Amino acid sequence: MAITLADLETGQEIGRSSIDLTRLDLVKYAGASGDFNPIHWNETFARGVDLLGVIAHGMFTMGSAVQLVTDWIGDPAAVIDYQTRFTRPVVVADTTAQPGQAGAVIEVVGVVGKVDPDNSTARIDLTVSADGQKVLVKAQAVVRIW
Amino acid sequence: MTINPDLQGRSYPAAEVYTVGREKIREFAQAVKATHPSHFDPEAARALGHRDIVAPPTFAIIIAQRADAQLINDPEAGIDFTRVVHADQRFIHHRPIVAGDELVAELHVDQVRAMGGGAMITTRAEISTVEGEKTATTMSSILVRGEEQ
Repeated sequence: MAITLADLETGQEIGRSSIDLTRLDLVKYAGASGDFNPIHWNETFARGVDLLGVIAHGMFTMGSAVQLVTDWIGDPAAVIDYQTRFTRPVVVADTTAQPGQAGAVIEVVGVVGKVDPDNSTARIDLTVSADGQKVLVKAQAVVRIW
Repeated sequence: MTINPDLQGRSYPAAEVYTVGREKIREFAQAVKATHPSHFDPEAARALGHRDIVAPPTFAIIIAQRADAQLINDPEAGIDFTRVVHADQRFIHHRPIVAGDELVAELHVDQVRAMGGGAMITTRAEISTVEGEKTATTMSSILVRGEEQ
């Protein structure tokens, strides 16, 4: 079922998702992205720079949160503009001894922020939080709707 | 170490070519827990009108951060990488990135603002194919924390 602009109105929720992550996920993201900053995998280093522990890459959070939008619209290429501010780190607990248990959970809610018929686009505003606190601010994805 | 205020307005020309591989798209998609078939299956991507499998919306960060590295590693810039915090990020896609693309990035330092003992540096990477087709514009601000921050 293709989504059309006429189906959308400001304030409408497009869906929500819950992303479990572990330190292994951060190691995988480091390898895939090339960002090997040790604050994302080395507890001693992270605490040495006054963090509460190993934190997720901001780009992991940004990159995983947008799947809600791509799955909803049905084509990743429809996301023509995506931005966010990083406000709070996502601390990922060490759950190595508890296989299957998440070290952090990222919660995402998507809402239609604006419908722009002139440009055939809609802006989806994402609320992204972990541990009850917002970790991204002004997370907005503009999708082209054909 | 202080940030060189003359960085503002500087640009770094396109350096090495980045060839977008299918397996890299698949690896990156898995790493951000993306499951859309067009990231993995060429047939699913073609069914949506794409030449090959499609990169996730934030894939261009790989190319943008390689371009940023030219600035961060520039001894004239005065940036201590261990004190860098990612403040914001934006991707504008002029057309989707697909497997097989050969991309280059030109880096522009758009703004340098002193913040306490550190600085907020805003960069923009203009990503295009080697043939010159505009592909994506990425914008990123990094906060370089001062010694007392």
